[in-house]
Amino acid sequence: MPAKGYIVVNELYCKACELCVTDCPHDVLALDMDHLTPKGYHPAHMVLPEACTGCGICAIVCPDAAITVYRYEKQKAEA
Amino acid sequence: MAKELIKGNTAVAEAALRAGLEAYFGYPITPQTELLEHLSARMPELGRTFVQAESELGAINMVYGAACTGKRVMTSSSSPGVSLMMEGLSYIAGTEVPMVLVDVVRGGPGLGNIAPAQGDYNQIVHGGGHGDYRMIVLAPASVQEAVDLTALAFDLAEKYRTITCIMMDGSIGQMMEPAELPPMQPLKEEIPDWAVRGTRFGERRMLTSINLDPPAQEVMNFRLMKRWQEIEANEIRYKGYYLDDAEYVVVGFGTAGRISLSAVRAAREKDIKVGLLRPITVAPFPVDVLDDLTEKVKSFLVVEMNSGQMLEDVRLVVRGRKPVEFFGRMGGVVPFPDEVLTEIKRLVDGSLITEGHPRDRWLSRLAETIGSGENNGSN
Amino acid sequence: MVLTDAPTKIVYERPEALDPRVTHYCPGCTHGVAHRLVAEVLEEMGEVENTIGVASVGCSVFAYNYFKIDFVEAAHGRAPAMATGIKRVLPDRTVFTYQGDGDLASIGMGEIVGAASRGEQITVIFLNNATYGMTGGQMAPTTLPGQVTSSSPTGRDVKRQGYPIQTAELLSTLEGSSYIVRRSLHNSREVRRAKQAIRMAFEVQKHGLGFSLVELLSTCPTNWGMTPVEARDWIEERMLTFYPLGDYKVSPAVAEIKL
Repeated sequence: MPAKGYIVVNELYCKACELCVTDCPHDVLALDMDHLTPKGYHPAHMVLPEACTGCGICAIVCPDAAITVYRYEKQKAEA
Repeated sequence: MAKELIKGNTAVAEAALRAGLEAYFGYPITPQTELLEHLSARMPELGRTFVQAESELGAINMVYGAACTGKRVMTSSSSPGVSLMMEGLSYIAGTEVPMVLVDVVRGGPGLGNIAPAQGDYNQIVHGGGHGDYRMIVLAPASVQEAVDLTALAFDLAEKYRTITCIMMDGSIGQMMEPAELPPMQPLKEEIPDWAVRGTRFGERRMLTSINLDPPAQEVMNFRLMKRWQEIEANEIRYKGYYLDDAEYVVVGFGTAGRISLSAVRAAREKDIKVGLLRPITVAPFPVDVLDDLTEKVKSFLVVEMNSGQMLEDVRLVVRGRKPVEFFGRMGGVVPFPDEVLTEIKRLVDGSLITEGHPRDRWLSRLAETIGSGENNGSN
Repeated sequence: MVLTDAPTKIVYERPEALDPRVTHYCPGCTHGVAHRLVAEVLEEMGEVENTIGVASVGCSVFAYNYFKIDFVEAAHGRAPAMATGIKRVLPDRTVFTYQGDGDLASIGMGEIVGAASRGEQITVIFLNNATYGMTGGQMAPTTLPGQVTSSSPTGRDVKRQGYPIQTAELLSTLEGSSYIVRRSLHNSREVRRAKQAIRMAFEVQKHGLGFSLVELLSTCPTNWGMTPVEARDWIEERMLTFYPLGDYKVSPAVAEIKL
């Protein structure tokens, strides 16, 4: 199933609270343990991007308004 | 008893408890909250009263009620919270019931910050609330001194039916030093002859601060003033360092006095004959010793962590006989000993003016360090 | 894998009304969610330029740094009184206070009851996290029985330390209150409902219908000694029974408002 959307986490704001990681209904997100933000947090990022539906739940629970949620426009149905 | 490494706030709380504190009412405010937290655990352990009130307004009025029963009571706060208590303090003074107030002073005015300062001097030393009254004000310069002054605070308050304020700089409240706590004293048992306790114990008693008839109020005011004169005659405390041969004297209380002592010692290494007068009671003020020194020395340097508040009390005693210079830092900025040493050297090397106000001269010098203060730094 | 050349639309982005500054709130603290919701609502209502906020004393003491709107800072507990002063002389502005449980339900109880009973045309956003956050986790009027805090170290003992105050219930008894509701921020469904309530509260003010207050059950992971995720569970397991969500006062005129 191709992704219906994707998210971008602004690492200036992300504090690695993991609320988005926990609440994502499709287990798309995890903390990026290979990367540190300027404040020393491991920011959230997509690890299962193909499962993202662009539902926006991550952004709704984010205390730092760090997440931008995109949805792909519906493609015209092709045979 | 052995010394332990202990935080000032905690030490004063425990010292009060060991001095027979029966009831504590307070409210959290930085930088004194540890005092409240310590008593929130210890007082119930000992079956004594602890209430975290809904605000400092609530706290001081709870203290007022409990003080009318003659029991040992205390509250603590920091500058903005103490301002809230001023009405209550005036009522307590007007009713002539004893209590202990701990003011752990922080930068201000207004919300200010949580850094140490001495900006409450004017407010506390002159009574604080409305009307004609004073309170005894003790200014410790170390955790041990704060501990030692705590039991004294209760004794003085009860001896004179007055308020004793332990005015600690935020630094003393927050820092940890080795200190020896006193042994546990038993709670006092006898009830003072003015305390309310129920007519089944004897004659009916009322405690109030209202005197609708002005001559009756004046009699009460006069009684308070006579009592203050007694306190002035008997309860002044201070420490002098290197005063015997001093040609210049630094005057500072609390942390400012302690920092000045380091500068005075450094100056002595350079053969400058400077000494330090550190008031321990800032109310009543050590007038006599300062008066004596005025005859002997060349000049004074007052050092405070405020805009020059005790400075005025010093100038009142010196009465223009010798130059008085001032150095201060405000807003929670703590001076370094070498800043004070520079000022001491200026006293020694410079030509000193006696006209004009030392505060104005100091502000010009301070402007070179910190700028003109034009912007409202609300961020 | 992100299809970067496929056409996309933005479903959610950071509200313009939020200042770009990073907040000082702890990771996972729901202050951030509440700030975001207020910013979103004011933006959607077109009220951002018409609003004056009153910050209070608590972790949110610097709230004025986080919104791009005019703000004043009140003394502890006094925000409803400051808001009253502003709204009375500038009745066409949208005026709101943002307060925590110590500020509103302890030291400020006199002021909030006064403002609500006078029916002041202001909106109060009230964060209830059962503790005093800024001063290090002491007992609050909203602390639950048995809850351990730094000034109730053996757990809140109701005999000595009294019972928690249910603010929404309390204020709903006042004739002057027009819209008093309690919501929560502990999961995405409740955050959505909280936003609707905040929107309604500001609409009440816009329609000139009286005093509105939204109580928001919030987390304090740091002082509860939990992770942000565990803290949200604590709201669900412990706080909801003592602070039930619901609409406690909806005046008839407010009930007529259609969003």
